[in-house]
Amino acid sequence: MSTTSPAGRADAAADTPAVTMEGVEKYYGTFHALKHIDLSVARGEKIVVCGPSGSGKSTLIRCVNQLEAVQKGRIVVDGIELTAGPKNVEQIRRDVGMVFQQFNLFPHMTVLRNCMLAPMKVRGVSKDEAEATARKYLERVKIPEQAEKYPAQLSGGQQQRVAIARALCMNPKIMLFDEPTSALDPEMVKEVLDTMIDLAREGMTMMVVTHEMGFARQVADRVIFMDRGEIVEIAGPKEFFANPKHERTRTFLGQITGH
Amino acid sequence: MIRPFGINEALFIVEAIRWTLALSAVAFAGGAIGGLIVALCRVSSVAPLRYLALGYIRLFQGTPLLMQLFLVYFGLNIFGAGINPWLAASLALTLHASAFLGEIWRGCIEAVPSGQSEAAWALGLGYVDRMKSIVLPQAAKIAVAPTVGFLVQLIKGTSLASIIGFVELTRAGQIINNATFVPFKVFGLVAILYFVLCWPLSLVARWTERRFAVATQR
Repeated sequence: MSTTSPAGRADAAADTPAVTMEGVEKYYGTFHALKHIDLSVARGEKIVVCGPSGSGKSTLIRCVNQLEAVQKGRIVVDGIELTAGPKNVEQIRRDVGMVFQQFNLFPHMTVLRNCMLAPMKVRGVSKDEAEATARKYLERVKIPEQAEKYPAQLSGGQQQRVAIARALCMNPKIMLFDEPTSALDPEMVKEVLDTMIDLAREGMTMMVVTHEMGFARQVADRVIFMDRGEIVEIAGPKEFFANPKHERTRTFLGQITGH
Repeated sequence: MIRPFGINEALFIVEAIRWTLALSAVAFAGGAIGGLIVALCRVSSVAPLRYLALGYIRLFQGTPLLMQLFLVYFGLNIFGAGINPWLAASLALTLHASAFLGEIWRGCIEAVPSGQSEAAWALGLGYVDRMKSIVLPQAAKIAVAPTVGFLVQLIKGTSLASIIGFVELTRAGQIINNATFVPFKVFGLVAILYFVLCWPLSLVARWTERRFAVATQR
C-alpha cells in the first residue's frame, strides 16, 4: 500500500473542496434523518455543526467517512466520490480522522498501541516508525508520559486527547469531531478544546459537532445550524451569533445560552 | 458367568476416562473452529451468510444430540465411510459444538460496544484487522465463562457416544456391568468420575465470571 497520492489526485487536491455533499438524503427505515443536504467544505476550513438532539448533525458528519450510508445524493471527499463504490470508501476512511463522544479507545491496548495500530495495519509503516509517530502526537496533545498506560487508567480528558492523537497518527486530511466534549466532566472540557484549537491553527480541515459555542466563536469559519434533518442556516460565527436569520436558530441559541 | 466387581474392573472404567477426554478434546477443538466461523457468519453484513448460520444453529439446537449422533453414524455408512464410531462421534460432536459455541460467541461479539467497530472503521482498518485486533480479543474475555460452561455440557454429552459403540467412560461402565451385574456400584463410579472431570471446570467458569464482573464494573 503506497501512501503517495496518484498524480491526478494531487492536481484535484488543489482546487477541489475537501468535502462536497449534493442532494444527500438519508433514511433510518421511514425516519428521514437528512433532508436534501447541499454543503461544500473548503480545504483548511473549520465548520461547526450545532442543533438540537436528533437534528441529524452527527449523522451528517458520519456520512463523510461512511459510518452511515446514504440513500440518495453525491458525497465527494478529497476529490473522491464516496457514493461511487466500496474501493473509494476504503481510500477515504484512512484519510479522514474521527473523534467520538465516548472516545472509543481500544481498552485492551496501551495508549501507545492504540496510536500505532492503524498506521501499521493500514499504511504498512514499520513498528519503529509507528512508535515514533505515536510519541510525536502524544507529545503534541501533551500526554507523552501516559504512553504505556491503558485507557481505563486515564481521565476522560486524557482519553479524548489520546483519541485525537490516535486519529492524527494516520495523517488525515480531514478531521471529524462528534461531540468530543459532551461526555467529559466540566473541568476537562478545556484541555480537549485547547487541543482542538491548536489543531485548527495548524490548518487542519475540521468538521465539529459541538455545543461549545465559545469554541465556535473562536475557531469556526462557518457555523451550521441543523434542525429535523435540514440545514437551516449557515453563517460566519459573528453573523450567526449576533444576527441569526431563522426563528428556529434564534430559539435554539436562546435555549443553550440564555439561563 | 458373573464376575466380581474388583480393582481390575474399576481400573478398566477409570482408564476409559482418556477416551472421554480425547473425544471431548477433539469435539471442542473442532467446535472452536466451527463455532468461530458460525459466529462470524452470524454477525456478518452479508445476509445469506447470516441466514445460513442461523439455520445451522436452529437445526442443531432443535434436535437431540442422540439423533445427531445416529444421523452422522448411519449417514457416514451410507456415504461409504463405513461403520466408524470414532469418526462418527467426533464429527457429530464437532457439528454440535460448532452450533452451540457459534451462538454463544455471537452474543459475546455483539456485547463488544459498537463504538469499538466504529473507531476501527474510522481508522481505516479492514475487516480482518478489525475482527482480529479489536473485536475478537474483547469478545474473548467475555466468552471465557460461558465457553467453559459449555465444555462441561460437551464432556457429559460424550456419554451418548457409548450408544454407537464408542468405548468411553459410560460404555466401559456398561461393559463392566454386563459382566458383574452390580449396576449401582458401577454407574456410581462412572458418575463420580464425570463429576471429578466437570466440577473443577464449573468452578473455573464461576471464578472467571466473577472476575469478569469485577473487571467490568466501573
